[in-house]
Amino acid sequence: MTAKALDINALRAQFPILDQQVNGKPLVYLDNGATTQKPMAVLDALQNYYRGVNSNVHRGAHYLSDEATGQFEGARQTVADFLNASREEILWTKGTTESINIVAQCVAREQLQPGDEVLISTSEHHANIVPWQQACLAKGATLKVIPLRDDCSLDMEAFDQLLSEKTKIFAIGHASNALGTLNPVKEMVARAKAMGAITLVDGAQAVAHFPVDVQDLGVDFYAFSGHKLFGPTGIGVLYGRRDLLEAMPPYQTGGEMIEVVTFEKSTWNQLPYKFEAGTPNIAGAIGLAAAITWLNNQDRAALEAHENALLAHATEQAQAFDGLKIIGTAASKVSVLSFLLDGGHPADVGMLLDKQGVAVRTGHHCTMPLMDTLGIPGTVRASFSIYNTLDEVDRLFQALQKVKTFL
Amino acid sequence: MQFDIRSIKLGQDVTAGDIAEDLEFLDDWEERYRYIIDLGKQLPGLPDELKTEDRFVRGCQSQVWLETDYDADANTLYLAVDSDALIVKGLAAIVLSALNQQSPQAIHDYDMDGFFERIDLLSHLSPTRGNGLRAMVAKIKHQAEQLVA
Repeated sequence: MTAKALDINALRAQFPILDQQVNGKPLVYLDNGATTQKPMAVLDALQNYYRGVNSNVHRGAHYLSDEATGQFEGARQTVADFLNASREEILWTKGTTESINIVAQCVAREQLQPGDEVLISTSEHHANIVPWQQACLAKGATLKVIPLRDDCSLDMEAFDQLLSEKTKIFAIGHASNALGTLNPVKEMVARAKAMGAITLVDGAQAVAHFPVDVQDLGVDFYAFSGHKLFGPTGIGVLYGRRDLLEAMPPYQTGGEMIEVVTFEKSTWNQLPYKFEAGTPNIAGAIGLAAAITWLNNQDRAALEAHENALLAHATEQAQAFDGLKIIGTAASKVSVLSFLLDGGHPADVGMLLDKQGVAVRTGHHCTMPLMDTLGIPGTVRASFSIYNTLDEVDRLFQALQKVKTFL
Repeated sequence: MQFDIRSIKLGQDVTAGDIAEDLEFLDDWEERYRYIIDLGKQLPGLPDELKTEDRFVRGCQSQVWLETDYDADANTLYLAVDSDALIVKGLAAIVLSALNQQSPQAIHDYDMDGFFERIDLLSHLSPTRGNGLRAMVAKIKHQAEQLVA
């Protein structure tokens, strides 16, 4: 463990939002699975862009436009390097949801035939269920779902049984947003590809926690959101393997994505622009690149060790807490603790924690089928990030002791 | 045991004014929320067989069920509510203190946002809180409106 090498106070000082009182108490922000806070480097990048550079990109008619284009395309290269991909394979999107919808629209709805199957897991976020479900309904295909074991990890035997030559698309979360379970995606992608399936990994809950290499994973598509990676909202990424992107029809049509337009027909721009109709989220892309550059300059191994220490400390306290049940006890997890208190509806627990300055997420976490499977209305989720402290974990459990007195 | 909606005296024996007065004396959040939760605990819930789809008010975080009964002779609307969450049930009890056993016209005219603002709980009625409470108030008001018309 190298967690001690981390200067947590210096790190926190870079996130100005953390230093505030909420309901008269110092804020303890444990809703990082929903969105992470932004370091000064990102806030400055956004401010500098709008103050000094703002211009439309890819027009080349004047100095500022060249400058904005340079930063925007530089940002794409930053993301490409971050994922170990090439820049033509990096598409800007609104976020993970749109990234998945592009693949559902331009691959699933184009290629699925009646009798084909799309394979997902029980613990997927709605964003990695509904686009496939609707594509299946439209094309007469079937959505298959990998069940969970008792600890909420994926049932790998069932996965092998469900996987077949009928499986045309395999879409899986890298880490579960509701429970934190880390899925063995590399192994699963390899098996799915051996069956001839196109593979997608939803990395929304992964990229902020550990480095991701799409070549190493061998995956065809990888999706994530900027705002869960210390970047701005409204910007996300779809990595797609070049030959697949080349073969796909456009997602939306309009400006930017065309090569030649006549009133009779149009031809499409080259990658990645074919998938980027309209003026893109320039500031968002630049802000996301600033977040990645900032993260790259940190000691990521130390950050990962720190997050693991937070989770271990929280898990230990949770296990010792009378009347608390951890939901999701897989051996391999990102720093997420989902739980229920005896007799405490998650909504009550969340509200009473909020009154004590502790921000958590409660409810079904956009995973209604998972909650139905587990037979619970939802959970309380504390999701940790690099800037959280062991002391904040203690504050969570002190606050929970008080919550118990209300129930 | 037969569920009797008329046995719910909230709005008669305890009025919105009483609750506003009580809350005024409770200045720290703990006392206020213990009070709200107690109101919810004292309110008879709905038996399971009445927790049907047509009585259901969906919230993102918690769920609410609403039962109504209109006495045309007395021109009075009787209300009963339940929720799976304690605080929401308590807040629903506060709504009942203002609207239960009133005439449709009085219910229609009642300024619920104003009341919740006065007792400093307006955030719970805001559209951003997915607790079903706002939808419940809208459902009661809608029903009252139809009875007025």
